[in-house]
Amino acid sequence: MMAAKTALQASILVPGAPACAEALVLTAPISFWGGVNPQTGLIADVRHPEHGVSIRGRILCLPGTIGSSSAAAVLLELVHAGLAPAAIILHEPDAILLLGLIVAREMGHEVPPALQLDKAEFAGFEGRMLSIDADGRMMTEAV
Amino acid sequence: MALTLIDEERAIASGSMGEGAAMAMRIVAETARLMGAPRLLPIASAHIDGALYHGDSGTLFAEKLVEGGASVRVRATLNVGSIDLTGCSKNRLGNHERGMARRMMDAYRRLGCEPSWTCAPYQAGHRPAKGSDVAWGESNAVVFCNSVLGARTNRYGDFLDIACAIAGRAPDYGLHRAENRRARIVFDISGINHAFLASEVAWPILGNLYGRSVGDAVGVVAGAAVHPDEDMLKAFGAASASSGAVGLFHVAGVTPEAPDLATALHGCEPEAIIHVTRDMLEETRRRLSTVGDVSAIDAVAIGSPHLSIAEFDRLETLIAGRHLRVPLYACTGRHVLNVLEEGGRRRKLEDCGVIIVADTCVVVTPILPEKPGAVLMTNSGKFAHYAPGNTGYGVIYGSLAECMESAAAGRPVFMKAAA
Repeated sequence: MMAAKTALQASILVPGAPACAEALVLTAPISFWGGVNPQTGLIADVRHPEHGVSIRGRILCLPGTIGSSSAAAVLLELVHAGLAPAAIILHEPDAILLLGLIVAREMGHEVPPALQLDKAEFAGFEGRMLSIDADGRMMTEAV
Repeated sequence: MALTLIDEERAIASGSMGEGAAMAMRIVAETARLMGAPRLLPIASAHIDGALYHGDSGTLFAEKLVEGGASVRVRATLNVGSIDLTGCSKNRLGNHERGMARRMMDAYRRLGCEPSWTCAPYQAGHRPAKGSDVAWGESNAVVFCNSVLGARTNRYGDFLDIACAIAGRAPDYGLHRAENRRARIVFDISGINHAFLASEVAWPILGNLYGRSVGDAVGVVAGAAVHPDEDMLKAFGAASASSGAVGLFHVAGVTPEAPDLATALHGCEPEAIIHVTRDMLEETRRRLSTVGDVSAIDAVAIGSPHLSIAEFDRLETLIAGRHLRVPLYACTGRHVLNVLEEGGRRRKLEDCGVIIVADTCVVVTPILPEKPGAVLMTNSGKFAHYAPGNTGYGVIYGSLAECMESAAAGRPVFMKAAA
């Protein structure tokens, strides 16, 4: 049986390597500093609904971010350690977080792309395979 | 509006001043693009929070800038690092972390930053002029710089602070623009009596409540029955910037952009008025402590933000030569340590059981002994906010006098509440 495919166009916040991975849709905003463990890639905030889930290699969809000035440092650490998501999809741009990707790119790392998409559009992605090309075109398919 | 760079900025981003400067300019420009800034602004100074070790990649980033021949184009003071380089206090970092933290601090110095190592640079001779654009990091320094000095800065975090200092530029958005400095919320404290507002505990408590009430909005404190001094404003700002995302506050009749309430509001009606009551302050005070009735405390920590010499004067008066039962960690910068050394005051304080912590502080690096169930007493709204998560210690909040008496007694001692 053919899986049903849907195409979507997201705007690119930070360009990165094309990605094809399973989506992880967080159900609450997260602070990377204190919220994600840079040594393991696991969601470390005990009050977060997705506590204990790994963001490594996933297409991480964020309904919101809680700004900490050290969020960028955590994201850079994750890229440096090979624990970063395959892509980051944000409802709203968060320059402090995305600075982690900008710096990682300057450091010569291959970085995941960051894209902007309305959270209503990514709400149904959870657990589905997503592919993202260099122009921000996304294909979703049923698992 | 799309970002436009001037010729000089484009040339630097392409390497005209070396690869380190190019990297810094590209980071500033990319951030400007993401924030929707139309241009970059020249800045007069920077305060760098990025030299605190969070992991190896931060050290490698700073070293890459050094290798690329970068140096700061404007005056840049350094916030605390992870190590007390003066040797006044010891930390429990592992060998790898200590080595990388040390390399990081060295790299920032080689970029031309001043080894001020303090979160209170504004009391260490770094006071930018009113109306000047600067790029400052460290939330309490940012809020002081904007609010008390009237200089203009956004909250510059890791990487961006040093990139701005090297580029000599910052993205033109947010609090750099006059229209965004207008107070939208009035925080009315006219119902709070003079005696309480004149007490030292008042301002961290007010700051914590203010931060939780306004979030990241700009507000104005109105109806203050006392004229808060600089250390009171410092404590208020630090507490507000840790409980909320406060970057700028005004105090009507006190701070430079608020000669009166109407000026702070830019002549507009406020969007909300918060009438502060004694009950709200009592509730806030209770929230600052995470442990209730305990019969003993394990340590006292003061100095977030770093203690000024005036605060050490008060501390010495309160200790009055007594020996403390539990250690009192007093965090400060070299600008104050030098004064204490000259007068032989450091030795006298240490003989009483005070542990001076310089260049760093007890919530950013492991200095407090590891001790399950331990209790820390503090007069700092900021320490009270961060100590439970960062040190594992439960917290009791009190005035400096209460902290001192408690350190001498080894158990919490409270005086009659003024509120």
